[in-house]
Amino acid sequence: MAKEEQDKILDEVTQSDYKYGFVTDIENDDIGRGLSEDVIRMISAKKNEPEFMLEFRLKAYRHWLTMKMPEWAYLKIPEINYQDIIYYSSPKQKAKLESMDDVDPEIRATFDKLGIPLDEQKLLSNVAVDVVMDSSSVKTTFKQALAEKGVIFCSFSDAVQEHPDLIQEYMGTVVPIQDNFFAALNSAVFSDGSFVYIPKGVRCPMELSTYFRINAENTGQFERTLIVCEDDSYVSYLEGCTAPMRDENQLHAAIVEIIVKDNAEVKYSTVQNWYPGNKEGLGGIYNFVTKRGICEGKNAKLMWAQVETGSAVTWKYPSTILKGDGSSSEFYSVAVTNNHQQADTGSKMIHIGNNTKSTIISKGISAGKSSNSYRGLVKVTKNCEGARNFSQCDSLLLGDKCGAHTFPYLEIGNKSAKVEHEATTSKIGEDQIFYCNQRGISTEDAIGLIVNGYAKEVINKMPMEFAVEAQKLLAISLEGSVG
Amino acid sequence: MANIDTINKDFADLFEQGKELLSNGSSDCMNKTREKAFVQFQELGVPTRVNENYKYTNLIPAFDHPYNVNLRYMEVDVDLNDIFQCDVPELDTNMVLLTNGWFYGNNKVLTELPEGVIVCGVQEAAQKYPDIFNAHYGKYAKPEEDGIVALNTALAKDGLFIYVPKGVVIDKPIQVVNLLRSDRDLMATQRNLFVIEENAQAKIIVCDHTLTHHKYLSNSVTEVNVAPNAVFDLYTLQNQHLNSVILNSIFIRQDKHSNVLTNTISLYGGTIRNNHHVLLDGEHCENNTYGMYLMDNKQHVDNFTSIDHSKPNCLSNEHFKGVMDGEATAAFAGRIYVRRDAQKTLAYQSNNNLLLSDDAQINTKPQLIIDADDVKCSHGATVGQMDEDALFYLRARGIDEKEARQMLMFAFAHEIIEKIRVEPLKDRIDALVDTRLRGEISKCNTCALACKN
Repeated sequence: MAKEEQDKILDEVTQSDYKYGFVTDIENDDIGRGLSEDVIRMISAKKNEPEFMLEFRLKAYRHWLTMKMPEWAYLKIPEINYQDIIYYSSPKQKAKLESMDDVDPEIRATFDKLGIPLDEQKLLSNVAVDVVMDSSSVKTTFKQALAEKGVIFCSFSDAVQEHPDLIQEYMGTVVPIQDNFFAALNSAVFSDGSFVYIPKGVRCPMELSTYFRINAENTGQFERTLIVCEDDSYVSYLEGCTAPMRDENQLHAAIVEIIVKDNAEVKYSTVQNWYPGNKEGLGGIYNFVTKRGICEGKNAKLMWAQVETGSAVTWKYPSTILKGDGSSSEFYSVAVTNNHQQADTGSKMIHIGNNTKSTIISKGISAGKSSNSYRGLVKVTKNCEGARNFSQCDSLLLGDKCGAHTFPYLEIGNKSAKVEHEATTSKIGEDQIFYCNQRGISTEDAIGLIVNGYAKEVINKMPMEFAVEAQKLLAISLEGSVG
Repeated sequence: MANIDTINKDFADLFEQGKELLSNGSSDCMNKTREKAFVQFQELGVPTRVNENYKYTNLIPAFDHPYNVNLRYMEVDVDLNDIFQCDVPELDTNMVLLTNGWFYGNNKVLTELPEGVIVCGVQEAAQKYPDIFNAHYGKYAKPEEDGIVALNTALAKDGLFIYVPKGVVIDKPIQVVNLLRSDRDLMATQRNLFVIEENAQAKIIVCDHTLTHHKYLSNSVTEVNVAPNAVFDLYTLQNQHLNSVILNSIFIRQDKHSNVLTNTISLYGGTIRNNHHVLLDGEHCENNTYGMYLMDNKQHVDNFTSIDHSKPNCLSNEHFKGVMDGEATAAFAGRIYVRRDAQKTLAYQSNNNLLLSDDAQINTKPQLIIDADDVKCSHGATVGQMDEDALFYLRARGIDEKEARQMLMFAFAHEIIEKIRVEPLKDRIDALVDTRLRGEISKCNTCALACKN
């Protein structure tokens, strides 16, 4: 491929636009900037929380004060002023909503633009959605249908009110408050999120989905997801995120905790499309997320699938603790960075139970002036017999100003473990493009074809609706070069 | 147990008190570098596990011991030349002895070296050949990045200096025998400088040995500059006793079209930390960094490598293999940097480990940091056991299990040994590894090359 042509295509890549960058004009109820014990008490009071929640928050906050922002990631993050963030912002609402008609039309219009099947008319799509806008959960669809099966799917605040025993039992067991800087911050100030409880033996009849959107200015979004799967149950959970275009950076620090018991299976899919900032690297979301699941029971299964195209900075390592004998976990990820985006993402697999298995497939695509890192850990503890892991991290470079980095950690303490890691970094082969050109496919389409084929292994693992969206997102993120 | 602050303070006191002894006999260039490094050491201190590069090696127990430090050359009461007579069949080398980090005063004059080649102590070189010395000393090591390198630079008095002039090819390898021999526990600081000029070729074999049972801590830094078209081999054989600590940092800078091979074989030692830094500072360089470690008991080995592709069109191969038994722990960190515009880089890295016991542990982190797009880089790491199918294959042919395992382990290790470009040395190390894997070198105070002792 001629150099100029390549440059032209890469230019087009960097000129793609963020199509979710609209602001919805809704009155917000926020509590002003800054963070202190009073702010936390205020959040807790606003949400009418029981005493144990307030204690949990305050404990986390006091611990957070002793911590420092982690600097080990291969990221350049300007200093964040944690006092300049609004820690609670919620669309102003009156009474509790019972039907779709009660939802603010502006919010509905927002989600229509996003293409979320919030309307129950879109019943056919068979997806139950919990929508979290800024900090509050707006509406959970299909609540009734799920309740018949005994499945609990509601906003975190509702769960705190309605199922405090479950929350108290499981919250903070997978990601303890002292786990890391952002987890502690989230534990102190989290405002809402989703809660899923699948009872014993229930196969959740539909896919559950949460959509996160940051709308208001200067706000941070701190949501918390908790999924508990009892013995022999199954659930597939989807998560999507968007935010409007703004010049300043906004903070998103979330926690996801998943508990999988005997023979249960959880699939957790994410399409992350926070606003990545403009072409000069101005604005965008800082996405600092702690996601962790524990395969507590024997033969439990947990699968992570993610397509990461957004955020100015991503710091995210979905991980699994394989505690139950015979449990297994898989991690599939496509991370695309463009312009000035930075991503440091990967997975951790901690093998504790005997005969546990894990697979990590990570595909990074970097373009523009972005930097894309894979960072992962595979740990086999001393008494874990017969552990097996396979990791593969591939990086694709589009353009000569971007970077692709790989930082895997393998800590093996048992001789029966079999652990393999491999990684490659390359650009799209000229021979591949030539092959396509020869068959009448334009260079631009060829790159699209190759990128899609490259990501296919991961996208195939996602539920249908998401896979379609993920593919579209890939195309938008690399628009111009991708067909 | 002393904490890290006490250890760092002890070194600071040692530096202040020994200032006169340290600067005495050293050239201005060395002393200037020393002062700067000491300031850097005060900032960095001895690295702890909080330091990401030392995550898997705890140096506090290694440093937490009342060592003696020699700030000037101590006469040796016996003739080391008599003790060491290498008997590797057909391995004809130019042998140089160093004792406790100092160039041995009674070294035989190396008469067979081509004209212009200089082999002497660092202190001597600084006085006699200031032009060469000052142009290279302290130019490649990075004391600002690593506390132990800073400590070495601050305390460095002597070591080995080798200069190979333009176009000179040394056929016979130079064998450097580092001896640790003391009647007290000792910390040795050794600073080497090798300068290989354009079109020159040299092979260096370094053997580390302990002669007495005392506890040793050896902190050595080697700087190598390989000029355009030069070919340089460095083989390091580490064979010390369980009470010893080896901190070995090598900094190699390669100019265009140069070819370097290093092979670090750790057979025995208490705690071993090897830092391999390679800077590919010219186009069309080739670098081969290999290493092997065979560990048992409570030994610990940590190989840290950094291959920096700063210019286009270079090739680097990196391969480390380890066999771990007993309660041994090993760590490997491989880092390949490909700088912006270092296009057409080929960089390969691999780390394979065999775990033989339940108490052995391996931590490995192969890393790629790539800022150029037209490159082919790969890395791989595996941890596993012996292939049961291969074992079955051998046993089906009447080989008993123990022997079959032996054969497979040997074959595993041989992949690294095979890279040695000195035939007799290759055979000798093959034999050594074989006996080592059979557990026959249980405690080694003798020369690994089976010298008469």
